[in-house]
Amino acid sequence: MTHIPTKLLTVAAMLVATLLTAPAQAQAQAQQKLLPAQSDISFAIKQMGVGVEGHFKRFDAQIAFDPAKLDAAKMAFTVDLASATMGTPDIDSELPRATWFNTAKFPQATFQSSTVKALGGGKYEVSGKLAVKGNVRDVVVPVLLVANGATTTASGTFPIKRLAFKIGENEWADTSMVADDVQVKFKLALTGVGKF
Amino acid sequence: MQATSTTPPALRYSGVAVALHWLLAVALIGIFSVGLYMADLPFSPQRLKLYNWHKWAGVTILALSVLRLVWRLTHRPPALPPTIVRGMPHWQLRAYEATHLAMYGLFFLVPLLGWAYSSAAGFPIVAFGVLPLPDFVPVDKALAELIKPLHGLAAFSLAALVVLHVAAAIKHQWIDKDGLLNRMRLGHN
Repeated sequence: MTHIPTKLLTVAAMLVATLLTAPAQAQAQAQQKLLPAQSDISFAIKQMGVGVEGHFKRFDAQIAFDPAKLDAAKMAFTVDLASATMGTPDIDSELPRATWFNTAKFPQATFQSSTVKALGGGKYEVSGKLAVKGNVRDVVVPVLLVANGATTTASGTFPIKRLAFKIGENEWADTSMVADDVQVKFKLALTGVGKF
Repeated sequence: MQATSTTPPALRYSGVAVALHWLLAVALIGIFSVGLYMADLPFSPQRLKLYNWHKWAGVTILALSVLRLVWRLTHRPPALPPTIVRGMPHWQLRAYEATHLAMYGLFFLVPLLGWAYSSAAGFPIVAFGVLPLPDFVPVDKALAELIKPLHGLAAFSLAALVVLHVAAAIKHQWIDKDGLLNRMRLGHN
């Protein structure tokens, strides 16, 4: 009668072992996870000298970042351009149109990293390609990593020229109305970032 | 002989008061017209441009109104000529005082409501595209929606008072023929 409990125990132990090792294996693939609810991607621009800000409500990231192996680091972002909001309904309804983001034809903006350089003190420089509206440009993005318990916040700001991506065409290409310079700001909450 | 040909200065508003009156008369009619026109425009650079011009003009009018009020408080306007006072019923004199008081109040209220609306809507005013003005209300869409009709209501109230003011001036000039307008006439005596 004693062999049944032993078998049960063995099965139970195997189950526990599987459950424990499964997340560990997933983490071993060096995938960091984005926590969208605690993250923000915004853009700031001046219209006739007045600073205005917009946000993207939907975006995602695939990040493979091991601070010890920066050569292998890969960061890919997708931003759902139709989720752009500047907080004013009449502007928000214009943003998806062909003149601005043309979301019907180009639903997403993407960023793909090429190199990651450590500058020390949690600062990194990520170079890569930003594609918006069918236009691809090289960008250099400064990133500051701050660990806060289990989550790590990656934040930074980088400038782009909106006309390089044809954001605001025809009558809206006039930079005296809407400036060419756009500051893209991001604050990304990530889990699974190793010690840096 | 020369002394009798000059009008005693107390009968006319001072040169600064006259200049501010007519400058602001033109400015107020202009900004009101632009305000009416721009509100119905579709989203376009033209609309954005007019909104900004309207804001810049609004804060300029506000600043000139401060100057005008200070001038008015430090330089007493000429008293109404006794002949005119005798010819006006009591209610007309009260209406004359109330209209001027209300117009002065609205010279400040209309631009301040516009400024507050702009700030609350998240578009702080940068005068002439270079001078950022402070926000005295927080960015709050609900507050903006509350202020917006008040700005319009105040502007239409001022427009109504201006119409009344002009109608009274016309009555004095062409019906009463009492020469009251000389007090505010442009140019020298």
